[in-house]
Amino acid sequence: MVIGVIYAILFWAATFVIVLGIANKIRIYWKTPAPLKIPTTPAPVTRGGVVIRMMTEVFLFKSLFRSNKLLWILGFVFHYSMLVIVLRHFRYILDPVWGVIDFIQPFGKYAGFIFILALLGLLARRYFIDRVRYITAPSDRAMLGLLIFIGFSGLMMQFTSHTDIVMVKAFFRGLIHFNWQPLPADAPLLIHLTLVLILMFIFPISKLLHAPGIFFSPSRNQVDNPREKRHLAPWAAELEKQDKLYLDELD
Amino acid sequence: MADYEIPEITGEEGIVDVPKLVPDTMKGAGPWVAKQEFQEFMHFPTDYTMPESKENYGDADTLVENWKERALDKMADLKGRYRSLQVYLDICVKCGACTDKCHYFIGSKDPKNMPVARQDLLRKVYRYYFTFAGKFFAKIGKPEFVGATELTENVVKDWYNYYHQCSQCRRCSVFCPYGIDTAEISMAAREILDHIGMGQKYCTEIMGKVHKIGNNLGLPAGALADTLEGLEEDIYDETGVEVKLPLDKKGSDILLITPSADFFAEPHVDGLMGYAKVFHELGLDWTMSSYASEGANFGMFIGSYENMRKISLRIRQAALDLGVKRIVFGECGHAWRVAYSFLNTLAGPFDFLDQNYPIPQHVLEITEPALAEGKLNIDKSLNDDMTLTFHDSCNIARGSRMGNKPGGQFEIPRNVIKAVCNNYVDMPADTIHDATFCCGGGGGILTDDLMEIRVKGAQPRMEALKHVTENHGVTHMAAICAICKSQFTKVIPYYGFTMDQIVSVHQLVSNAIILTGQLTEEEIEAKEAAEEAERLAAKEAREKAAAEKAAKEKEPDA
Repeated sequence: MVIGVIYAILFWAATFVIVLGIANKIRIYWKTPAPLKIPTTPAPVTRGGVVIRMMTEVFLFKSLFRSNKLLWILGFVFHYSMLVIVLRHFRYILDPVWGVIDFIQPFGKYAGFIFILALLGLLARRYFIDRVRYITAPSDRAMLGLLIFIGFSGLMMQFTSHTDIVMVKAFFRGLIHFNWQPLPADAPLLIHLTLVLILMFIFPISKLLHAPGIFFSPSRNQVDNPREKRHLAPWAAELEKQDKLYLDELD
Repeated sequence: MADYEIPEITGEEGIVDVPKLVPDTMKGAGPWVAKQEFQEFMHFPTDYTMPESKENYGDADTLVENWKERALDKMADLKGRYRSLQVYLDICVKCGACTDKCHYFIGSKDPKNMPVARQDLLRKVYRYYFTFAGKFFAKIGKPEFVGATELTENVVKDWYNYYHQCSQCRRCSVFCPYGIDTAEISMAAREILDHIGMGQKYCTEIMGKVHKIGNNLGLPAGALADTLEGLEEDIYDETGVEVKLPLDKKGSDILLITPSADFFAEPHVDGLMGYAKVFHELGLDWTMSSYASEGANFGMFIGSYENMRKISLRIRQAALDLGVKRIVFGECGHAWRVAYSFLNTLAGPFDFLDQNYPIPQHVLEITEPALAEGKLNIDKSLNDDMTLTFHDSCNIARGSRMGNKPGGQFEIPRNVIKAVCNNYVDMPADTIHDATFCCGGGGGILTDDLMEIRVKGAQPRMEALKHVTENHGVTHMAAICAICKSQFTKVIPYYGFTMDQIVSVHQLVSNAIILTGQLTEEEIEAKEAAEEAERLAAKEAREKAAAEKAAKEKEPDA
């Protein structure tokens, strides 16, 4: 029961941190003005076009595809296998389990292998390509390592040392209802959960912010219509209003 | 020719192989630092000491008082005012997609010229002072674990050096999965440097001239009028047609804003004569302004919204003073980005102009439809001595548009060239359109004290050019940017080409256009001979009259 309580507190804390952390970052991105029109052109000339551009980036990694095919395939496979895996895990929270989650279950079970292979590929790039090695900080490797070990500990439970999955599900259902439930004291499970907790805690303070951040990237989310529609940031409008040239001259 | 290695080009594929890293090939002091008198004019702090020599650049005792605090304050200020900066500092995942995309990296092999590494020079400091991860790992003595670095003199030196090896061409942003634009980072870095006593002499002095006189060259109204008159004479001598290049003509329909290099530099000036001929043939009523006699706006290069706006407001003022209905821009890359993307923001709203035309409009947006509709009399064979290729200027390709459709900035200049030339070949696909390589001189780099990086940065474009010259018989490369033209004419000799292989797009139009009433070469010769004869006859008559008069005056004495 002690383990259950500790992990329950940690998961609540991690959820709190990741939700509020990301919300806070989104708030900062939202309220920081983009004073100039800087879409990387050619850019869509309508809002709808921008939505399509953004979707091709978010779902297909279009710019990355143009840039580097090896990196694209590794990144694409990693992200989509992760998506399948995360969706599969909903079965440990939902009751009854949705049909779509049931449907992906057989794929999800094996997606872990692909997930790890792609991550190993991404890690190898950081060692073997001199340019990528140069720009890599220890935390970049550590983050890949974290994901690899999350995958590895998950696969252990899946294929070698099963845990009491009914008990795990009861624990997570309990979390939703603020209701303490015990967790099985199995090493692979606790390692798996600990690493996931770390991932949740670092999300809002690390480069994982690329996930919400891409939606705020002015070079990708702006409509190319500067001649048709005047674009003015509040601080720039203030210069005009007070008829001043420099910000430090403002009242 | 130089005391550094000139990259070799082969012409085989037209694409330079990605080099292995060679650290510190471009380590150095950077360009000349600006003096206080110029910084003051830009409203930047002046409480710094001018370094005695380049070795002292970035030394703490040359910088402003409390330089560290003030640099960080400026960084905080900028990230609060620019979403691009805030987001781009946060979200880079160091994937490396951009690492082989920068022409300066390809040409110099210096790892700090990889876009992400260039950004990291600033990002590391941001992480150290402004992020939880950076602060936490700094506290436990391991800031490098999360790529965080304390702000030191050496960091400032790297900033100054490497942020002046970025031409803000945005090629990296095309290939970044999040669109991270190194230009935004380098602009912010230069703005920070300007606030701690490390302004760049080249940009600051030039902007001083615009603020004072109206153009980058410091060309006063009188000299400008003389120059334009000279060009009118040139066109007259060449064609026998009186084509005007009006200055400060009130009540004109069109105000033409063009980079001041168009007034005198080669091949820019041939382009200017091209615009004049097109306007003349289309019967457009146009003028230039001596008050706003500059299309360029270096405020963008130094990331200074305020100074960029101050220069842009001159254009608004000139348009109001002259009572024009339209504003048209000549051939210039960053000028067109500032005009197309920013002018409405900086100096708008332009509700006093004719809303039936794009505001502002590019001269090619006038010439292209006129050619397509057959409104201009063109003899393409007059350009048959050349086979052309076209260099997409980065600021036009990736920072603006022409026409109504995305990508018009690629089609419209090519349409114009093809309408006035019989021989046209594109360079390899990875080096044109939005993947175009910078000329190597954009973004405030076009100065003699940065010659080495300019030469090296031109390598990818030179390789592509060599490929089409050797395989497709290309003889000339057309450009629509004053900086590209100046940069190329200066650096292509290093790669075995000659200066005159660079041409303006409107120069090609000028070559091929037959003006209404234009005389043929024979007619001009005949006319010149007649004029000469007339002159001689007049001279003889004068001399005869003088002799007679002298003889008469002598008479009484006799």
